[in-house]
Amino acid sequence: MVSLSLEKVGANYGRRVVLSDVNTGVLRGGGLTAVIGPNAAGKSTLFKRIAGLTSGPGTVHLSDAAKGPQGICYMPQDTGANAVLSVYESVLLSAKQGSGWKVKDAELSEIDRVLSELRISDLAFRGLGELSGGQRQLVSIAQALVRKPEVLLMDEPTSALDLFRQIEVLGFMKRLSAEAGMGVLIALHDLNHALRYCDDTIVISGGSVLASGPTRDVITADMLRSVYRVEARVEACSLGRPVVIVDGSL
Amino acid sequence: MMVALAETRAETIAGAEGRGRYRALVLRRLVLIFCLVAALLASIAVDMALGPANYPLSDVLTALFRADTVSDQLRVVIWDIRMPIALMAVTVGASLSVAGAQMQTILANPLASPFTLGISAAASFGAALGLVAGIAIFPVAVHYMVPINAFLMAMVAALFIHFASTMRGVTVETIVLLGIALVFTFNAALSLLEYLASEQALAAVVFWTMGSLTKATWPKVWITGAVLLFAVPLFARHAWALTALRLGDDKAASFGINVRRLRLEAMLTVSLLAAIPVSFVGTIGFVGLVGPHIARMLVGEDQRFFLPASVLCGALLLSVTSVVSKMLIPGAVLPIGVITALVGVPFFFVLIFTNRRRAW
Repeated sequence: MVSLSLEKVGANYGRRVVLSDVNTGVLRGGGLTAVIGPNAAGKSTLFKRIAGLTSGPGTVHLSDAAKGPQGICYMPQDTGANAVLSVYESVLLSAKQGSGWKVKDAELSEIDRVLSELRISDLAFRGLGELSGGQRQLVSIAQALVRKPEVLLMDEPTSALDLFRQIEVLGFMKRLSAEAGMGVLIALHDLNHALRYCDDTIVISGGSVLASGPTRDVITADMLRSVYRVEARVEACSLGRPVVIVDGSL
Repeated sequence: MMVALAETRAETIAGAEGRGRYRALVLRRLVLIFCLVAALLASIAVDMALGPANYPLSDVLTALFRADTVSDQLRVVIWDIRMPIALMAVTVGASLSVAGAQMQTILANPLASPFTLGISAAASFGAALGLVAGIAIFPVAVHYMVPINAFLMAMVAALFIHFASTMRGVTVETIVLLGIALVFTFNAALSLLEYLASEQALAAVVFWTMGSLTKATWPKVWITGAVLLFAVPLFARHAWALTALRLGDDKAASFGINVRRLRLEAMLTVSLLAAIPVSFVGTIGFVGLVGPHIARMLVGEDQRFFLPASVLCGALLLSVTSVVSKMLIPGAVLPIGVITALVGVPFFFVLIFTNRRRAW
């Protein structure tokens, strides 16, 4: 099963240091890892650095990945609403990068399967520009999944989804990562989603990692106070699951 | 359980339908491209039949395919006079349209074209330098001073746009603004030259800036054709990557595309593609902007279809314009740059108002 760890990883934009000295334990495939932190904390930059899209110091250790670094797939927030392409074409586009013009039936069947799994087959021949933000986010997930990644870095994949879709997508990703042994890192703002779906959590603030480890150990009242500047409690709900209850800002 | 099974079955059917619908979509696009090819061939034939001496289409076809069976006069008129003009319209239209299509793609801007980014204005200024002041920027082959001046100035403008686009922090919006600034700068310089020009030189500059195919020769056709044959396969090789650029830089990079390198390669090729035709035929503004938009409305932005459709739409637009330029006033050939928009705009309006799908 694929595993990933970061050692003294940093990232620079020109002379500006955006991320520095990020270390993590070994993140294993088969589960979800939440990456949380305030806005502009460096979550997207961390993902780009892991995917090799930005340069910087440090080492990204990747083990047991059949495709090597090519198996790491970054799913950005931007989903390209201006292109005159249908959903189907945009997913095909992702699958066909680096290959020839001819499209085989097996490739189209794979697209059909992914769209069907995400329950967006009915959108297949709608233009990207006709979709809502949430629908485009689902298309973006389809574009990532059709590449069959071994490590998937999802940048706020649920930010524009309604509550039902958020739960559906996170549940689906949890099942998929367990079945395929895929490593999935998800940038999230909803800490209750992190508590419910993610085995591990990395907390980023000001361009460095403040904490990482099992989600229940990381998301604590102290962390919420120091990172998010909110007064909050982490308590068990009537079903016994931990939930974050926010009492107010500091 | 029943509901879940019904849903799974419905989704499987929808999935199979997806593959079939995609294949149907591809077939429809291929038919459209075939229709454009047929229309272009018809337009070329009509273009060659029209002129001061009108020949029946059958005579033109005979001269084309069995040249040894027709009179010397007909053969010379068709092969040495009309065919270079007809094919120049095709190669210039195709080159400007592809240049516009890729500029719009890599700069993510529907207004990008050789005309709107200042390349045509720079070429006009270069030509005017030769026509008015007799200045040869590259003092070799003085006989070709005007096209060489125009080409060099067009390349200067294109390379300026290109290097500006590689600077850190420069966005695609900035590039378009820089292009518009270039248009104003070269137009102002051109006006100054026109103000200082003699009557004869002024007439030559005005004629050049209107764009004309009448000075087309076989070597000019070969050169524009060769650049087109060099550029189109280059773009075709990057068809998936160029299409992905339309999803945004981050998304394209996430697909494993080296966005910076792709944009650089495309911009350099586009520069050549835009500068060569302008230096030979003068300013023809409309094709580079609207040819790609018509292609986009017909086949979308998958470059496997968009690229050939842009080639064909640009070629067809200029070829039909060449026909119309000969028909408006019998016995006279109007400058093609003047009437390109007059021919293209009505068709473009019809497409815009009848096409309910998003066109950008």
